[in-house]
Amino acid sequence: MGLFTGLKDSISRVTDRLFSDQEPKRIGIYGPPNAGKTTLANRIARDWTGDAIGKESHIAHETRRARRKENVEIERNGKSVTIDIVDTPGVTTKVDYEEFTDEMEKDDAIRRSREATEGVAEAMHWLREDVDGVIYVLDSAEDPITQVNTMLIGIIESRDLPVLIFANKIDLPESSVKRIEDAFPQHKTVPLSAKEGDNMDEVYDNIAEYFG
Amino acid sequence: MPEATGKDDGDGIQIDLISGQRMDELATMEKIRMILDGVHEGKIVILEEGLTPDEESKLIEVTMSEISPDEFNGIEIETYPKSGSGDSSLLGRLMGSDDSSAKLTVIGPANRIETLHKDETLISAFVSRN
Repeated sequence: MGLFTGLKDSISRVTDRLFSDQEPKRIGIYGPPNAGKTTLANRIARDWTGDAIGKESHIAHETRRARRKENVEIERNGKSVTIDIVDTPGVTTKVDYEEFTDEMEKDDAIRRSREATEGVAEAMHWLREDVDGVIYVLDSAEDPITQVNTMLIGIIESRDLPVLIFANKIDLPESSVKRIEDAFPQHKTVPLSAKEGDNMDEVYDNIAEYFG
Repeated sequence: MPEATGKDDGDGIQIDLISGQRMDELATMEKIRMILDGVHEGKIVILEEGLTPDEESKLIEVTMSEISPDEFNGIEIETYPKSGSGDSSLLGRLMGSDDSSAKLTVIGPANRIETLHKDETLISAFVSRN
């Protein structure tokens, strides 16, 4: 993209925002690695725009850069809410490239882990500076009481950001939504399966209610 | 001041117990530097009064920027849950009661420290020498 075109696009985005009736809210999708954040982001994007956001994978840190889908308009009960979805890398305090060497060559594993660390750092920075609300995705088949989850929820609360907790993967037999509700009783927990599309009506009702 | 450091003679593991008073004297990035410098040297760092959420966020961000293959793969961190977590209201924050009050935090190199158990009154960690 040329300098002039980029500048024109930037000015256009600014003026669009200045004159829009309802500026899109930037909703960050946060959570630990492999909770299903990208699967959820893709489902929301596909349901309302027809396009996906990014690649899904069972390999941890597949999402290594935050990715956005802008102007996703969700209509619920006669009202509409427009959001920019920001799909972020799974937040962690440690990344070891050797976790990936079973799946790929060492050089690729090192590159993946380096990109993952940069992505997590970026996601943490954005959480402090750039999001208007948070969808926190947890794998309901896993224990939600981890230090990273507790810290992240605390950071989100300290910034007074509206947050919805999504208990994903309810299609799995080991799933326990109650375990998540009990862990974070101060927040609304919505059960879903992003992979199977279960309970998405309630998901969209809550997105519209919390972020509209 | 409840602060003590042990000596690392190559066979042992140094533990730095850093008082709330010592941390109060430091800016956010100075705190993070002190913690990560210690962890890079293989120490276990115990904070008497923990970190604020904003400081925790910056600790994760800086930790990520320093991870390097075969040298440093991050941190393990454990904190006692805030008792009841009942004072996270806006009023509580305005009154300044939502700080890092009395939440002891243990931080160590991810490749050397492993949490075995944690509840509201106990953090049990296993620390390996290598």
